[in-house]
Amino acid sequence: MAKTLFEKVWDRHVVSKVDGGQEIIYIDRHFIHEVTSPQAFDGIRNRGIGLFRKDRIVATADHNVPTKDQHLPIRDFLSKHQVDTLTKNCEDFGIDLYGLGHPYQGIVHVIGPELGITKPGMTIVCGDSHTSTHGAFGTIAFGIGTSQVEQVMATQCLLLQRPKTMRITIDGKLQDGVFSKDLILYIISKLGTAGGTGYFVEYAGSAIRSLSMEARMTICNMSIEMGARGGMIAPDETTFEYIKDRKYAPKGEEWTKAVEYWSSLYSDENATFDAEFEFDAADIEPMITYGTNPGMGIGVTQRVPTSAEVDSPDSLKKSLDYMGLDEGESLIGKPIDHVFIGSCTNSRIEDLRIVAEFVKGKKKAENVTAMIVPGSKQVEEQARKEGLHDVLSEAGFELREPGCSACLGMNDDKIPKGEYCVSTSNRNFEGRQGPGARTMLVSPLTAAVIAVEGKIVDARNYIGEEVPA
Amino acid sequence: MEKFGILESRVVPLKVKDIDTDQIIPARFLKATSREGFGENLFRDWRYDEEGNPKPDFILNSDRYSGSILVADENFGCGSSREHAAWALVDYGFKAVVSSYFADIFKGNALNNGLLPVQVSQEFLEIIFNQIKENPNQYLLIDLQNQVISISGKEISEEFDINPYKKMCMLNGYDDIDFLLSKKADIEAFEKEHIEF
Repeated sequence: MAKTLFEKVWDRHVVSKVDGGQEIIYIDRHFIHEVTSPQAFDGIRNRGIGLFRKDRIVATADHNVPTKDQHLPIRDFLSKHQVDTLTKNCEDFGIDLYGLGHPYQGIVHVIGPELGITKPGMTIVCGDSHTSTHGAFGTIAFGIGTSQVEQVMATQCLLLQRPKTMRITIDGKLQDGVFSKDLILYIISKLGTAGGTGYFVEYAGSAIRSLSMEARMTICNMSIEMGARGGMIAPDETTFEYIKDRKYAPKGEEWTKAVEYWSSLYSDENATFDAEFEFDAADIEPMITYGTNPGMGIGVTQRVPTSAEVDSPDSLKKSLDYMGLDEGESLIGKPIDHVFIGSCTNSRIEDLRIVAEFVKGKKKAENVTAMIVPGSKQVEEQARKEGLHDVLSEAGFELREPGCSACLGMNDDKIPKGEYCVSTSNRNFEGRQGPGARTMLVSPLTAAVIAVEGKIVDARNYIGEEVPA
Repeated sequence: MEKFGILESRVVPLKVKDIDTDQIIPARFLKATSREGFGENLFRDWRYDEEGNPKPDFILNSDRYSGSILVADENFGCGSSREHAAWALVDYGFKAVVSSYFADIFKGNALNNGLLPVQVSQEFLEIIFNQIKENPNQYLLIDLQNQVISISGKEISEEFDINPYKKMCMLNGYDDIDFLLSKKADIEAFEKEHIEF
């Protein structure tokens, strides 16, 4: 029978079916971090059981770590306690930890792929909703709650209801200056924040096939922002090329066998999906959000919608009040206070290269603070090797050490109340970047151009391309 | 986990759509390493000003409404997977959340903590909001065994869906781990056949 990519991977991980439609699903890799794991370790201790398969767990500290002076003890008492608790738990239970100071430390969804831990056909979970990032490799990867973290620790399995399947096909070519971040913000603006709820999404089409792995990760990363549990992309030569020779990639004969299997992971021609959507890549312009959820996005040259144009005028009004914007307003020319480049969505080496290439020889605007937080120590190191650090410093960007940082403002990296932050992260919820902070989500290039101009502009006008009429 | 049978309670209405888990419990309050105490910061930035004074116009600060049932507009619990959101609601004293739509991860987290997510039609949700507006002392009755939610003392009710396994867990106070631990032999047998590349 013809199967979707999702079904091929899911079916290989079914331990058994349970009454009531639930299935026991085996989990190949479990990533943990300091914020959503301590209560799960307590649960394991209270039950008097050990970890079922500790070798399938990988830990890092990312959500709550400072991005300055990581070699010094953490100053915030609660943060220090949480990070220390992770270290102790990993020691007690024998788990590999890439903690602060380790050359592989970084945001969990950046380090998994870069170490070659993430591989096609796997099931991967983590107590973090952006686990969907790993789906870019053709894995079933999704975020879980802490009770489920404990379940996986105890049994390496989860009890799950099989989700419905959706395929989103994007054909055509992206315009110059338009990136995968714009593509996913566009899709979310069309489907809404709940449009994918109950579904696992496969992204397909020529526009997806032409993207690098970093760009594919950005797309899968934000699947949760339309409510989908996860997103995935069938592996291809681009995927294999990315994985090859990474630390935990299969080697020699194992590699040949792996590629042979991975090459079978695609949706069969006659496979059916519960829902399908199609978009044309050429229709997409650089995107920016104006509201307080990731579905409230527009092309940068478009106007903020009016009450008459939306389904819920009350929600629009509440969002615009929070953002200090007016209905029907154009965002072009609006001054910006902060630019944040980082997060599991856009902090990989390719993102830093895009930013550095644009700002080379330029200076950030005086009214803007610009912060750039690499996704991992390896990204940081690579950026140094390529000289990107110097380019960015000379342009007036503040370069930090790896962590989730101002994406969620758990550490000191917060945006002050009422100020505007153009951000490459994934969520523009009220208070996400700090109480009262006003977040606008964009691509790394758009963020870089806005940092230099000090106001919202159409990035296409700054890269030597004319805007199509 | 506590058993859930029949719940009859007054209601706290929160008529806002797309309430994300960053609103339920902001990230800066996720630094604790235990499950307790998150109720203090439930809806923190809607509930308190910067100095920590209660904002009088927020529903949890109003004397008019109280109870262990929260009623919220559609797409409740979207965003982050933080189970702290469910812990905060439970810690505050809520035993059920009623909405016309729940985000997947939140729904699972709620069920794993004895907090019942009751999904009703948008029409029924509007009826509840209107009834509570007319009479803040109105009770709601949630009968899990029969999967019915009703406006107490009135012949207005609606059936709701719940996964049969999850219903059994809620009624008996069981959690998934007990069940999965009982399947260890199956899991070990699966591992013997499972090839990973």
